[in-house]
Amino acid sequence: MARMNIRISGLGGQGAVTAAHLLAMAANRDGKFSISNPFFGAEKRMAPAESYCRVGTERIYDRGELVFPDVIMVFHAQVITMQKSYTAPFYSGIKENGLVIINTPADLLNDDDRKTLGDLNVKVFNHDATKLALDIGKTELSTNMAMIGACAGVTKIVSLKSLEGALQERFGKKFVASGGTASLDEAIKKKYKKKNDLIKANMDCITESYSLASAWAEKQDDLQLVEV
Amino acid sequence: MNKQVELKNKKVIASSHVQLGQKNRMNQTYTDVNDIFYNSELAPNFLTGSEVIREAIKRSSVGTSVAYPITPQSEAAALIGEIYAEGYLDEYFRGESEFAVMGQCAGAAFGGHRVFTTTAGPGTLRAMENFPMWAGSRLPIQVCVTCRGVNSPLSIQPDTLEMYYLLETGMLVWHAETAQDLFDFILKGFIVAEQPDVHIPIAVCCDGFFVTHTKDTVNMPPLDLTLPPYDPYKAPVPCMDMEVAPIRMMRDPFVMKSNYISYATHASWQQEIRAACERSRKHTIPLLDGLIDEENTDREILIVASGTAVSQSREAIRLLDEDGIKVGLVKIKTIRPFPSEEIKRVTKNAKHIIVPEFNVTGWLAREIKAIIPDNERVLVGPHVCGGMTLPSEVIVEQIKIHLGMETEKLRM
Repeated sequence: MARMNIRISGLGGQGAVTAAHLLAMAANRDGKFSISNPFFGAEKRMAPAESYCRVGTERIYDRGELVFPDVIMVFHAQVITMQKSYTAPFYSGIKENGLVIINTPADLLNDDDRKTLGDLNVKVFNHDATKLALDIGKTELSTNMAMIGACAGVTKIVSLKSLEGALQERFGKKFVASGGTASLDEAIKKKYKKKNDLIKANMDCITESYSLASAWAEKQDDLQLVEV
Repeated sequence: MNKQVELKNKKVIASSHVQLGQKNRMNQTYTDVNDIFYNSELAPNFLTGSEVIREAIKRSSVGTSVAYPITPQSEAAALIGEIYAEGYLDEYFRGESEFAVMGQCAGAAFGGHRVFTTTAGPGTLRAMENFPMWAGSRLPIQVCVTCRGVNSPLSIQPDTLEMYYLLETGMLVWHAETAQDLFDFILKGFIVAEQPDVHIPIAVCCDGFFVTHTKDTVNMPPLDLTLPPYDPYKAPVPCMDMEVAPIRMMRDPFVMKSNYISYATHASWQQEIRAACERSRKHTIPLLDGLIDEENTDREILIVASGTAVSQSREAIRLLDEDGIKVGLVKIKTIRPFPSEEIKRVTKNAKHIIVPEFNVTGWLAREIKAIIPDNERVLVGPHVCGGMTLPSEVIVEQIKIHLGMETEKLRM
């Protein structure tokens, strides 16, 4: 049985929960087994928020906080610089041959981090997702889309077609994940006058990130990510 | 509903206020619970546990739901408010506290409605006085308990300690492992709890977050099928409120007297509530396919668990299997009635009984230890508390340590 465990560490309001849900929905559309769930305290912007997405070739039973991930996505620099994650350091528990994707224009790791991750053959992809979101989506609220695209681009865990389907399902109809998430969904829907514009802009972010990430992955030596 | 019953046909009062096959105002067809689950086309849906509660209530012909907004633990109460607006329930309103909510639920159930509510963690404890009151009054109310930590420092994460407090309230207590269980248990729970020879409240419990906030695949019957509504004429006792004879709780209060009759009444009634809980077995076994699920219980090492601990254990069993360690699994679905005979039978030949739990006390292990011979076979744990996850890798490690095997230290 093949399995990929994805841990997303972000801050409240960034859409980390939505990102995991979308990845899981897309994997489900691709005919894979998937489960996603969030982990947060009181719903509050800028507070640590994590979400987890498990994708596999067989039915997945375990759930909850992912202690041993294959892929870690860091949505905000403060996860690293201010230790806003549920584990310390943010990459604790990462499996051998894993992958870390960090939303940052600059390198945030120190020498110790680089050595620990290097010894485990964990690759680190610094991806300026917020800039990409502002350029293409015209709002930083699309950062999560750029991160999903990057994840899919490197890991190929979900197809672009299924991501588009998941996006339609999530934003095309009424959806309630929680009170906080619902109001954020409404906020982003208001930013775009038409639902279709929103979905298109988000999909553009995903697609652009996907190609950037694919190109990055091709340049890596010894990228041995688990395939699902 | 208040149909004249002819004296010469005086037998059981027929539950003729609705017929199977009749349609309700939402154009749903009243359908037998067996037909809903076993003779209909179940379609897969990818939903959160909270949405699953909403979908279950849409198909349960609920009369009244009272809400105390408990988000962020679960959105279920808010989602039920939305379907009330769509026309699914007769009554829906907000109580001023969890205690008030449970009292209002009692009122609606005394009045003859099917009643559903939700609670979690500290809310469950705040409402606690009402649960034995519901049971003593024979009110078949369903409360969905989306377990979370109860202690200070506060936690909104899953912890099953609150279930321990519910065990002796006289209610039925079921524990769902997944969103699928949750959906099935809600519908089936109404039917079992409302049987005339049961007719006591039911707590359908699930682990918050791991079930309520997790997106998972759930197979559901079509929306045009719904349970037949509750039939108050099937109640085994008259409505026991303040005024209605023969009880008149406040007019003829046993509590005010201290004589043989009051003691005997209390003693027999409390036994009767527990007997009613035991009688639910015969309705529950065919509907849930047994009070426990068993897999490879002929093995020497068995994991016995309930709720999400079962899911974590399934994954641990996969990992142990890769190392050549064969482990069987017992999933407990009903905590009350407790499947004592079933557990005694399946653990008969086990040398090691592992009981992983999401609470600090290990109450399920204690329940098991109390009923099986040679109970030193039970490993109380591993358990986590306060909302921590229980990684499958930790269950594997603890089993290996228990068996005296070498393990690699987990790199966390």
